[in-house]
Amino acid sequence: MNTEMPSTAVRARLREVLLAAVRGLTLAVTALPCGVVLLLLTPLSFALIPLGIGLVTTPALLTGVRALADVRRRLAAEWCGIRIPVVYEPVPAVAGPWTRIVTQLRDPQVRRDLRWLPVDTTAGFATALLPAVLVFQPLQLRVSGGGDTYWYLFLPVHDAPTSLAAVVLAALLLVAAYRYAPRLLTAHFELVRRMLGGDERELAERVRVLTETRRDAVDTSAAELRRIERDLHDGAQARLVAMGMDLGTIEMLVERDPAQARRLLAQARRNSADALEELRDLVRGIHPPVLAERGLGDAVRALALRLPLPAEVSVDLPGRAEAPVESAAYFAVSEVFTNAVKHAGADRVWADLHHTDGMLRITVTDNGGGGARVVAGSGLAGVERRLGTFDGVLAVSSPAGGPTMVTMEIPCVLS
Amino acid sequence: MRVVLAEDLFLLRDGLVRMLEAYGFEIAAAVESGPELTRALAELTPDVAVVDVRLPPTHTDEGLQCALAARKRRPGLPVLVLSQHVEQLYARELLADGDGAIGYLLKDRVFDAEQFVDAVRRVAAGGTAMDPQVIQQLLARRSAADKPLGRLTPREREVLELMAQGRSNAGIAAQLVVTERVVAKHTSNIFAKLGLEVSDDDNRRVLAVLAHLDQDR
Repeated sequence: MNTEMPSTAVRARLREVLLAAVRGLTLAVTALPCGVVLLLLTPLSFALIPLGIGLVTTPALLTGVRALADVRRRLAAEWCGIRIPVVYEPVPAVAGPWTRIVTQLRDPQVRRDLRWLPVDTTAGFATALLPAVLVFQPLQLRVSGGGDTYWYLFLPVHDAPTSLAAVVLAALLLVAAYRYAPRLLTAHFELVRRMLGGDERELAERVRVLTETRRDAVDTSAAELRRIERDLHDGAQARLVAMGMDLGTIEMLVERDPAQARRLLAQARRNSADALEELRDLVRGIHPPVLAERGLGDAVRALALRLPLPAEVSVDLPGRAEAPVESAAYFAVSEVFTNAVKHAGADRVWADLHHTDGMLRITVTDNGGGGARVVAGSGLAGVERRLGTFDGVLAVSSPAGGPTMVTMEIPCVLS
Repeated sequence: MRVVLAEDLFLLRDGLVRMLEAYGFEIAAAVESGPELTRALAELTPDVAVVDVRLPPTHTDEGLQCALAARKRRPGLPVLVLSQHVEQLYARELLADGDGAIGYLLKDRVFDAEQFVDAVRRVAAGGTAMDPQVIQQLLARRSAADKPLGRLTPREREVLELMAQGRSNAGIAAQLVVTERVVAKHTSNIFAKLGLEVSDDDNRRVLAVLAHLDQDR
């Protein structure tokens, strides 16, 4: 029983060593050619982008690199229990080849994949092959009696002493294999993790930003709901109550005092008109009808037409963004317009909306007095918060004396 | 007078049908979606179409688009567009072809049946019926920098507003409780101050005023 225990452990270890050697060898011989081909073709494909060919080949190659990396990440988890978290940016489903390439190359994960490729074909290849070399090299050992010389690794073997040295070397290799082969394969996947795994600080920062913007979004929408509730309660609802009361009185008066009944009827009709007007304003504040009917471009045009000053709007949007993004962008532009009219004292504004490289870019310029700043509690800070929910950003250039230029960018896909 | 009516909400459609019939209109068709409206306008050759901007199946501006398309096929087809909200942008698109016979009103205007029916008749006769809100927006926007507009007296401004809505001199006179002659005097003053050519044709006159108010500076 005492002797059986170690022999079981040794057998398990031997199995482990052999497995590491076979796996490493498989990895080395299969992944190396793929890696080398991708490594050579990718720069070539980039170089061919100006000719147009690269526009077609680059996305395919990037997909290939990703597939290679995906397989390695899976093997890392299956063979060595090394988990490599991975997040790729979504690639727009309907997009031109140029947008696709730019979106892909902007993705930090894609860039990590590309950086990993040369490392994998060298250091990665070596660490994968080494366990196999340690295990299988000793098996190739031949003893030479004399005359002909053959090289056993770095040893020229031609007589008894050198043959002995070769035997010792083979034994050393075997010992090294027994001790280190599995660890070497693990080292290979550690290397993969180092190269492919995301930066943790980056992730922590992302989590912080998401937490913050989510809290802001929840706060904002809660405040909006409270405002809507109050507006309905004090406005349309109250007017409908008054109308109902008037109608009741009219019913009673219609025969006794027709003149008074007519007066009340007019009042009831006014109340219903006012209630409608209030509801209309409320709806405009929740989701402007033009936005629903026509999308962002025409909604901003309609907004510009409501301004008490001339506004030029140029729009280049080949499709519509998702409704929440459209809405956020609309209210952002609305706020900036209001600032231009109220605070900057401008007598002309310009708005430009376009979509490039997966970004909705909006620029609003006015010829007012300038001096606009994003300070806590200001309208612009509200805009910044609102855009933040969509990873959008706001930049203000407003020197004293003007002009003021507000630029907003929201990453989004048009459909 | 034969009317094609397009409104997707049953209550409103029903109410409009009853009101128009009470005032002696013949309802050629009362439909509830864009495709049905297009078919009705093509097949029934109505004297006037009363159309809600927002219709199924898209529930966007389907009604407006159908009306504009129908007017492309049949220029000057009288169309009165109704909406829960009015936008200068839409008014501009409706007026763009310069053929007249266009109405664009808030749905609230049906509260006043007399005025609403008057607007339908005006549009059917090739005239214009613009919602007071559209005109107010136009004026608010222009007054800021438009000097000639600033020279109008308050009364002339009132007349201008009613004129831009598409009212005839008689209509304006009735509204302001003055004689037609007084209104005629106001209108000639207004045209002189704004530098517009006087036209005897009421419909041309309205379109000229609207074009003046909506021009981009």
